[in-house]
Amino acid sequence: MAETSREGTGTIEALSLVPKAEARQSMKDFKSDQEVRWCPGCGDYAILAAVQGFMPELGLAKENIVFVSGIGCSSRFPYYMNTYGMHSIHGRAPAIATGLASSRTDLSVWVVTGDGDALSIGGNHLIHALRRNVNLKILLFNNRIYGLTKGQYSPTSEVGKITKSTPMGSLDAPFNPVSLAIGAEASFVARTVDSDRKHLTEVLRQAAAHRGTALIEIYQNCNIFNDGAFEALKDRQQAEEAVIRLEHGQPIRFGADGSRGVVRDPATGDLKVVTVTPDNESDVLVHDAHATSPTTAFALSRLADPDTLHHTPIGVLRAVDRPVYDTQMADQLDSAIEQNGKGDLAALLAGGDTWTVVG
Amino acid sequence: MTSQVSSPAEQADEAAPAGVGEQRNPAGGKDVRRLDRVIIRFAGDSGDGMQLTGDRFTSETASFGNDLSTLPNFPAEIRAPAGTLPGVSSFQLHFADHDILTPGDAPNVLVAMNPAALKANVGDLPRGAEIIVNTDEFTKRAMQKVGYAASPLEDGSLDGYHLHPVPLTTLTVEALKEFDLTRKEAERSKNMFALGLLSWMYHRPTEGTERFLKSKFAKKPAIAAANIAAFRAGWNFGETTEDFAVSYEVAPAAKAFPVGTYRNISGNLALSYGLVAASRQADLPLYLGSYPITPASDILHELSKHKNFGVRTFQAEDEIAGIGAALGAAFGGSLAVTTTSGPGVALKSETIGLAVSLELPLLVIDIQRGGPSTGLPTKTEQADLLQAMFGRNGEAPVPIVAPRTPADCFDAALEAARIALTYRTPVMLLSDGYLANGSEPWRIPELDELPDLTVQFTQGPNHTLDDGTEVFWPYKRDPETLARPWAIPGTPGLEHRIGGIEKEDGTGNISYAPANHDFMVRTRQAKIDGIDVPDLEVDDPHEADTLVLGWGSTYGPITAAVRRLRTAGESIAQAHLRHLNPFPRNLGAVLKRYDKVVIPEMNLGQLATLVRAKYLVDAHSYNQVNGMPFKAEQLATALKEAIDG
Repeated sequence: MAETSREGTGTIEALSLVPKAEARQSMKDFKSDQEVRWCPGCGDYAILAAVQGFMPELGLAKENIVFVSGIGCSSRFPYYMNTYGMHSIHGRAPAIATGLASSRTDLSVWVVTGDGDALSIGGNHLIHALRRNVNLKILLFNNRIYGLTKGQYSPTSEVGKITKSTPMGSLDAPFNPVSLAIGAEASFVARTVDSDRKHLTEVLRQAAAHRGTALIEIYQNCNIFNDGAFEALKDRQQAEEAVIRLEHGQPIRFGADGSRGVVRDPATGDLKVVTVTPDNESDVLVHDAHATSPTTAFALSRLADPDTLHHTPIGVLRAVDRPVYDTQMADQLDSAIEQNGKGDLAALLAGGDTWTVVG
Repeated sequence: MTSQVSSPAEQADEAAPAGVGEQRNPAGGKDVRRLDRVIIRFAGDSGDGMQLTGDRFTSETASFGNDLSTLPNFPAEIRAPAGTLPGVSSFQLHFADHDILTPGDAPNVLVAMNPAALKANVGDLPRGAEIIVNTDEFTKRAMQKVGYAASPLEDGSLDGYHLHPVPLTTLTVEALKEFDLTRKEAERSKNMFALGLLSWMYHRPTEGTERFLKSKFAKKPAIAAANIAAFRAGWNFGETTEDFAVSYEVAPAAKAFPVGTYRNISGNLALSYGLVAASRQADLPLYLGSYPITPASDILHELSKHKNFGVRTFQAEDEIAGIGAALGAAFGGSLAVTTTSGPGVALKSETIGLAVSLELPLLVIDIQRGGPSTGLPTKTEQADLLQAMFGRNGEAPVPIVAPRTPADCFDAALEAARIALTYRTPVMLLSDGYLANGSEPWRIPELDELPDLTVQFTQGPNHTLDDGTEVFWPYKRDPETLARPWAIPGTPGLEHRIGGIEKEDGTGNISYAPANHDFMVRTRQAKIDGIDVPDLEVDDPHEADTLVLGWGSTYGPITAAVRRLRTAGESIAQAHLRHLNPFPRNLGAVLKRYDKVVIPEMNLGQLATLVRAKYLVDAHSYNQVNGMPFKAEQLATALKEAIDG
């Protein structure tokens, strides 16, 4: 992974094409004059504050930052950022952002989306943005419910969810967004939690430093329609058993005093959680976010129990270097000029076979 | 040329069978007859290379200087079952020593590569037409497959025609026996043999085809040589065999063309070039977001070749992403385009609505085909007009521009770009399958003839608040055009947010205020209604009582029909719409000048619906939805009935 920058010096190599801010920025530079209109207590407030607080660190010219969103509660996000922004239509933000990013390599483009927006109506655009590796940072606010339409189950809701549209319980199995992203050839996949600002900021930092599409799943509490959905990860006591904090190059241990660890089952090759003992301590898996093969990252993403959220890994699951779509697209234009010269319209229109009519 | 409202020559296009002129017999040679025009149809299996053969004959004809018009007609299946009627692919070419308007109603010459091609096409031939058949393919089995109980070559059913039975396959294989090719490989060149024969028959130049074959098979010189050998063998066969006693000359149509340099061009190619030209004239990079769909894909292919013009082409995961990416690029300051056909427009509707709300320039190019649903992917129709006009939620007006001939697609693209850039709006361009694949001569414009499309991005604040603060208001409009400013990311100080939620006039902030919404809806409509479009020109030399009004690709057939009627002494006025939304300012006045208004369309009366609704004119609709362009004769008959009725 590229070196991260904590100073507003704009030294992040992944953003080298984006112009730098002339003056030092502060969080208030990124707050727009619009009144924030999420429900009081919504997890979106914490995410907005974390993003506004993090942006100055990048040191980018504010006018070269664009937030694009779809539809849903989270998609109001661009209105509150004092950058360029577009609040588009349901599910299509990755497609729109792809056009913007691939035509303008001098922009830092962020997509804000939700579990319904990204995984239901916009599932197709999400997976294709990930496989193309366009230079986009996608913040997927996952609250496991439809908030803006007042409480129907979402594609990440647990099976049997009782909602207005599923009074006898939902039938469909949920997506695991991290597994989905890894399966879609994502080059950067991370998960974090709205209430953990420090962790959220660190994940944003690593995502910003990544060249290509970064998918960040942010567990976000909807206190109106799905309150406490991630309580298992937030309640200090439960969290010990529930949260697995991943750090590149570190053994994957969690629980009280790191008493639990992730090891590979020699029989199946799959991962499992064990109680760490002096005998098995050396078997504990060391997290390698940069592994070329997505296999282990995928296995990690499957450790979480979709119902209890036990053994939920958070942090950067995968961050690998892959060619970036928009710079490749620009390179093709350059090589076309190198090979054929700059386009000559008169010559193009004339083509090969012509004839002349004289008066 | 087919790009003028009124033809200087009131010639009855296609009124008579190919005229026979002087006949000469050069010493020792065969008879040569002079014709003023010919319609040839090449027909074969979809794998026989008929489209290529037709294209090559067209190129030869264009370089010879005839006026021409073509009609490729092929099945949607890439390789339909061999030898069957649905598998027949054909290419019709009409060429003349004068100005013509259509690919012609009925072929004078049919080249039938197999029994299916004969059966599928013979019904279109007038008595006396020449039929060249590949006898090698007339096996009992092949004939049974298409329902011939007895051989049509022998049962007298073709007695009314001038039949040339030619063993094309055998002759081709024989001609290529020196080449190291399998029989199957050699047989593949039979279309070039046929092309050679027809080239001899009509005195076509051959250098272009030989050059083409060399370059097409540059990496397979043996195949190139074999094809050239087959082509020459076809020519020589014509010259030697006694079955072909006569060859024909069709003089160049020099008088029909204004002075200039010409080339042959298809609608999709002209449209692609128009987009590249618009990008240059606007000094904006071109961005195409598209998903492959017949008959629009050729524009994606063509533009993908021109990256050295700064053209970015993005093959998206679906139609929605195609237009989404284009809209994103428009926000970033590109000349943004999406290309599709009717089903794709349906998928793009929501994003077009967003573009209406965002008020960003965007070209939506719809190469119409037969519908509904998948419909007839390779056939033509004009049935997306009302979809273009109304196919969105809410009041979402979109300007509509329609080219009238293949070459006119170039100018229509520039015009659509002008409207989009000036008024900051999505624009629909409605071409169709007939224009897309058909071709005609095009006078290549000088670059200084092209319109200036340059735009100014907003660079600084455009509004002063009461307290004197200078601010940027993204929805503060130009009082003339009602267009909003275009401030692109990267412009310092103009950071702003746009979106599909209703916006407050001026500031662009979210607003649910009732009066504001009413105002914004009316303002968006007023912006489109106020677009400056040229007045409708009417061709009415005899102060007729009846007006025929058309739009889009029916221009050729309607004009040909009007010529026929006038030649026969009838009075009829003609007008053709390029702008379907807004209509030209004078359209209402024009309509009211005539006792009768007839609107022929390749749909069930969509323009007629709009005209009747807007002008309360009792327009008479004449419709055809068979996937093919109108025939001039049939239209002339219908118009005559309207005049008399």
